[in-house]
Amino acid sequence: MSEPVVELRAVSKAFGEKVVLDAVDLAVARGEVLVILGGSGSGKSVTLRHMNGLTQPDAGSVFVEGVEVSRLAEEELGEVRRKVGMLFQMGALFDSMTVFENVAFALFEHTKMTGEEIAARVTEVLGFVDLGPDVLPLLPSSLSGGMKKRVSLARTIALKPDVLLYDEPTTGLDPVTAMTINRLIVDLNSRLATTSVVVTHDIASALFVADRIAFLEKGRFAFVGTPGEARSSDVAALRAFLAAEEAGA
Amino acid sequence: MSEASAPDGRPAPFWTLPRLRRWFRKVVSHLGGLGLLAWSIVREGRRRWEGGEILRQMDALGVQSISVANLTCLFTGMVLALQTAHSLAEFGGKLFVGRAVILSLARELGPVLTALMLAARCGAGITAELGTMAVTEQVDALRALGSSPIRKLVLPRVVALTVMLPVLTLIAIFHGMLGGLFIAVFELKIGASFYLSTTLQALSFNDLMHGLCKTPFFGLEIALIGCYNGLSATGGADGVGRATTVAVVVASITILITDFFLSKLFIALPIG
Repeated sequence: MSEPVVELRAVSKAFGEKVVLDAVDLAVARGEVLVILGGSGSGKSVTLRHMNGLTQPDAGSVFVEGVEVSRLAEEELGEVRRKVGMLFQMGALFDSMTVFENVAFALFEHTKMTGEEIAARVTEVLGFVDLGPDVLPLLPSSLSGGMKKRVSLARTIALKPDVLLYDEPTTGLDPVTAMTINRLIVDLNSRLATTSVVVTHDIASALFVADRIAFLEKGRFAFVGTPGEARSSDVAALRAFLAAEEAGA
Repeated sequence: MSEASAPDGRPAPFWTLPRLRRWFRKVVSHLGGLGLLAWSIVREGRRRWEGGEILRQMDALGVQSISVANLTCLFTGMVLALQTAHSLAEFGGKLFVGRAVILSLARELGPVLTALMLAARCGAGITAELGTMAVTEQVDALRALGSSPIRKLVLPRVVALTVMLPVLTLIAIFHGMLGGLFIAVFELKIGASFYLSTTLQALSFNDLMHGLCKTPFFGLEIALIGCYNGLSATGGADGVGRATTVAVVVASITILITDFFLSKLFIALPIG
């Protein structure tokens, strides 16, 4: 594997007495879609939050494009975070701002683009997520769950990040909208030439988008491999996940 | 059995050692958190200020609180006039009502009551707003987009309240004086010009400064405590509600404690 874009080396994290991550190692290759799979409360989102410095490890190191983010102070992380976009579970749109202001936020904040250039870029990224300019003046409260996720995704890709982190992108969505988001993840990964890390407990979504799957159990990655290898894995918890999917299919 | 109840089933008293220890730890952690937040504001303040957002907050927290502050001091001025006249009547001192009202308002009641009303209105508002942003991951989204919640959310509120509270207090003291005038004229049958002239004679620049100089500290405390409790809110609507209650209570008590020490300090200094 070429030099990884994101790498976790012996990362440990505990909240009080509860050990969430226990010296985990993980490497994400450039251009791939890596899915972190695991049960509720298994530490998937905590792992993801280490990749842009939202959470700092108790021990171990996190590297993004060769930069050790786990050593950086909060005010030094801005540069890294511009390269690593994150889609939050509930969208996390700024509810006092319109769709336009949400999507344009990072462009006003970090670029010297003119108002016209920003407006054009906002329309372009909304197009990537199949939304038209009619949503620009709307407030997040008037959007459906799926639209919120798509606007949030547009906000995330506006700065052209190298890495996209997705935290439970299909949670709370109906199956059709969930499939739309899954297709967007795959489509954006190839169209924008990004690297994606997707956290989910939705096995159907995982199998659809993943180049590789990392299965988190009891604070460690019990399995890392392709979806095909996952199907023949002897990790009992992973087999139970797959069996649940087959039962639901 | 839980440590919250005594062996006979009655609730354990507040002063049991584990409870005191927990309470002490909570207070120290709160103070530590406030100190760290204040330090982050100082560091962030050296870089970039959000001028537009500061003006917006000056309007939301300051201008829109004018009526609350004015009403509070208007009726306090009226009550002060009534009570003072009643108390001074037997000494023949009813004519000194204007002097008593303005000195009480300018030195003490105007600043403290305005600050307490703003602790309720703005402190609660700040905590609820930032708390909701924190539990819906909007604060994390700000950080993830490479922005600073301190610069975007905290600094504008702190600056706005610190600057606006003295202005609001001054206007509120004026309204308190008008409240006293109303009672003096219509209830105590004292002439308006006599009331105003005794008021102006009694009020010195030092008296006004003694009261007004406390208010930036009160504004800073309200904003800081509101922001800290909001940003550290967890656990959904319940957590935001708890954080809001704590913020208002802590800010109110802090204002009263600070008022005592600032009064001591200003009396010792030439502005007392």
